[in-house]
Amino acid sequence: MSDHHPTGFTRWLYTTNHKDIGSMYLWFSFVMFLIGGAMAMVIRAELYQPGLQFVEPNFFNQMTTMHGLIMVFGAVMPSMVGLANWLIPMQVGAPDMALPRMNNWSFWILPFAFTLLLSSLFMDGGAPNFGWTFYAPLSTTYGPPSTDFFILGVHMMGISSIMGAINVIVTVFNMRAPGMTLMKMPLFVWTWLITAFLLIMVMPVLAGTVTMMLTDRHFGTAFFDAAGGGDPVMFQHIFWFFGHPEVYIMILPAFGVVSEIIPAFSRKKLFGYSSMVYATASIALLSFIVWAHHMFAVGMPLAGELFFMIATMLIAVPTGVKVFNWVATMWQGSLTFETPMLFSIAFVILFTIGGFSGVMLAMAPVDFQYHDTYFVVAHFHYVLFPGAIFGTTAAVYYWLPKWTGKMYNETSGKIHFWLSMIFVNLTFFPMHFSGLAGMPRRIPDYNMMFADFNMWASIGAFGLGLTQIYFLITLVIAIRSGKKAEDKQWEGATGLEWDALPSPAPYHTFSTPPKVD
Amino acid sequence: MSNEAEEKYENYYVPEQSPWPIVGAIGLFLLAFGGANFIQNTTGKYAPAATEGFSFQVLFSDLGGIIFALGLTIIVYMLWSWWRDAIRESKQGLYSAQMDRSFKQGMLWFILSEVMFFAAFFGALLYVRQLIIPWLGGEGNNVMTHALLWPNFIPEWPLTTTPDGTTTTAMGAMGLPAINTAILLTSSWTLTIAHHALKDNNRQALINYTSITAFLGIIFLCLQVYEYYHAYNDLGLTLGSGIYGSTFFMLTGFHGFHVTIGTIFLIVLSIRCAKGDFTEKQHFAYEAGAWYWHFVDVVWLFLFIFVYLI
Repeated sequence: MSDHHPTGFTRWLYTTNHKDIGSMYLWFSFVMFLIGGAMAMVIRAELYQPGLQFVEPNFFNQMTTMHGLIMVFGAVMPSMVGLANWLIPMQVGAPDMALPRMNNWSFWILPFAFTLLLSSLFMDGGAPNFGWTFYAPLSTTYGPPSTDFFILGVHMMGISSIMGAINVIVTVFNMRAPGMTLMKMPLFVWTWLITAFLLIMVMPVLAGTVTMMLTDRHFGTAFFDAAGGGDPVMFQHIFWFFGHPEVYIMILPAFGVVSEIIPAFSRKKLFGYSSMVYATASIALLSFIVWAHHMFAVGMPLAGELFFMIATMLIAVPTGVKVFNWVATMWQGSLTFETPMLFSIAFVILFTIGGFSGVMLAMAPVDFQYHDTYFVVAHFHYVLFPGAIFGTTAAVYYWLPKWTGKMYNETSGKIHFWLSMIFVNLTFFPMHFSGLAGMPRRIPDYNMMFADFNMWASIGAFGLGLTQIYFLITLVIAIRSGKKAEDKQWEGATGLEWDALPSPAPYHTFSTPPKVD
Repeated sequence: MSNEAEEKYENYYVPEQSPWPIVGAIGLFLLAFGGANFIQNTTGKYAPAATEGFSFQVLFSDLGGIIFALGLTIIVYMLWSWWRDAIRESKQGLYSAQMDRSFKQGMLWFILSEVMFFAAFFGALLYVRQLIIPWLGGEGNNVMTHALLWPNFIPEWPLTTTPDGTTTTAMGAMGLPAINTAILLTSSWTLTIAHHALKDNNRQALINYTSITAFLGIIFLCLQVYEYYHAYNDLGLTLGSGIYGSTFFMLTGFHGFHVTIGTIFLIVLSIRCAKGDFTEKQHFAYEAGAWYWHFVDVVWLFLFIFVYLI
């Protein structure tokens, strides 16, 4: 039964195969990436020049809100889960995920959840327009009718994420091949294990938050209403208790990807493996006690400002450990620069820039100036686009030969990389300047003085958008007519998926667990 | 092929394809879509305005309750069928000890996620009591908040008069809540006896004590319904009574929902015990139900202390 698999439509609907589910997750996230990206194009088109050109302010707000929600919950998170599905069973020598049917449920909830969310665009009063952070009372008292659909959509996404996370944790703890001790696991598995823990800890809190929103909107409760003894600021506390670990949920798996790719193309072992594990765990633990740095300007007591400022800066220490380890891995290695490596190196450099602007934002007195400006937008896009998305892109190029048995065209890959590299910086770097000069975020019109920066950013964004179409074409050509890949496509690659499996990986792998020494 | 298949099952059973996950996803969608429409239609808030011509939104709003019920039916049917399949496969001997560990670990992590769900509401309660109420009363640097917004506001807990003047009566800890605490503690005890009986292969005791536990769950729920009735009709304590009512009903209601799930779980387990489904070696479902019940019990203890007692 070398590569026997079910056929037809129900193969995908009823599947219990981690590779099928991984592929569905990845394609779904790509579709969401394009939809969320199209919304970004609307935003940048409106901001190309000062004044109102194309859309009404209310619709502009709907675009910023939906862009954020779709990119966070629809593009980045599912793409990481897709990678986890494809890679973790192969990397730990398991026949599949631990709970394969639940795995399929996790995936299939998502298309329905996003149908619900996207349908809000066509409702009276329009889609949610209060920003992806949906602060009360904008989302409670003043939210449009579609907010209720958004709330229940978030519940569905939460159920999906929690089940996906449980699956990852149980797979890692219970399904490892004999001899695959925890400290022998590939770093991608480690980062996902920790990510899954974060998901289980915080997705329920998000569900609790939206539940309180729902009762505040409809059943007369006063959680986020000071007149009833509640507090709108409490919304922000509970939201960011979810929201800050959430940003690490989006980046930690990318750390894992880069920690696989850089050693492969440096032809050296990863420098400081165990320190990488401990650094990842430290980042995760610290993420629970830093949430209020998103709220420095809200009027917290001084002790709160100081505590959250210092705790936040502490995160720079384990993150620094990681960056130095990646650089030290490359040091004196025999480097080659294939597409995955290019994306990984760009990840290290550009993510570090995003990290530095994060340290700037962590300083409470300075944050009073930066808060809700384009500087914040620049910061989190630097950690998300060249961070999380470059990480995923690098992973796709790196493991595509293993997944499909086909090689992408190296020239196309390099063109994709350089276009991405140029346009991502053209888009997001000017935002630092407009932000420092005082341009507020989430606004459809702006002062003339910001015109040049915004025009550059818009040109970059259009280029970045087109580059993703180019990425799609490159992928489709590779999958349809790429050259046959070798079993071990990259000579420096390590891990069970490269050493013990052919390319493409058969439908069922490791029915009998491999021996790891 | 058969050789390899046998080898595979010996190591780990990757279950056959199943229609239930996709059915469950459709059910959840109908539950959410119908639920939002149903809520809007019932409370009248944000419901789509009736128009002259045909409108999908008005149609869905009117049908919200039916769509919700349909979704719920599909979910129940899906869970029934999914677990029926799993029980059949288990009885065919397809599940290994490793598989059993996967289920157990999965259940424990699920319970952790539930703990965090409750943590969000407990966090809200503690934040309100420790920070917001004193601040509204002018503590710290909030003197002007108090003086300008609601000068007559008295910071106290239970908050029986909200800043905007809504009044209510607090629910005492003695009486019903104390009785309910005793009931749940007893139920944990009877469940543990049943669990030991299962391990000792004492079937009659197993069936008896599991049923008693389920029965105690039902009594708890009946008393809670009566408590809510008492709150609404005698105390004037409602969801709309400001933050005290909000936290009271959210925490006890969410807990009551979990007791309901747990009680159904225990009833099913009682029936399965009577049918002889569990052996002293293999009884994952029983342990999962027991863990879930103990979790619900522990949450109640925190509720009793923080919502009722202090």
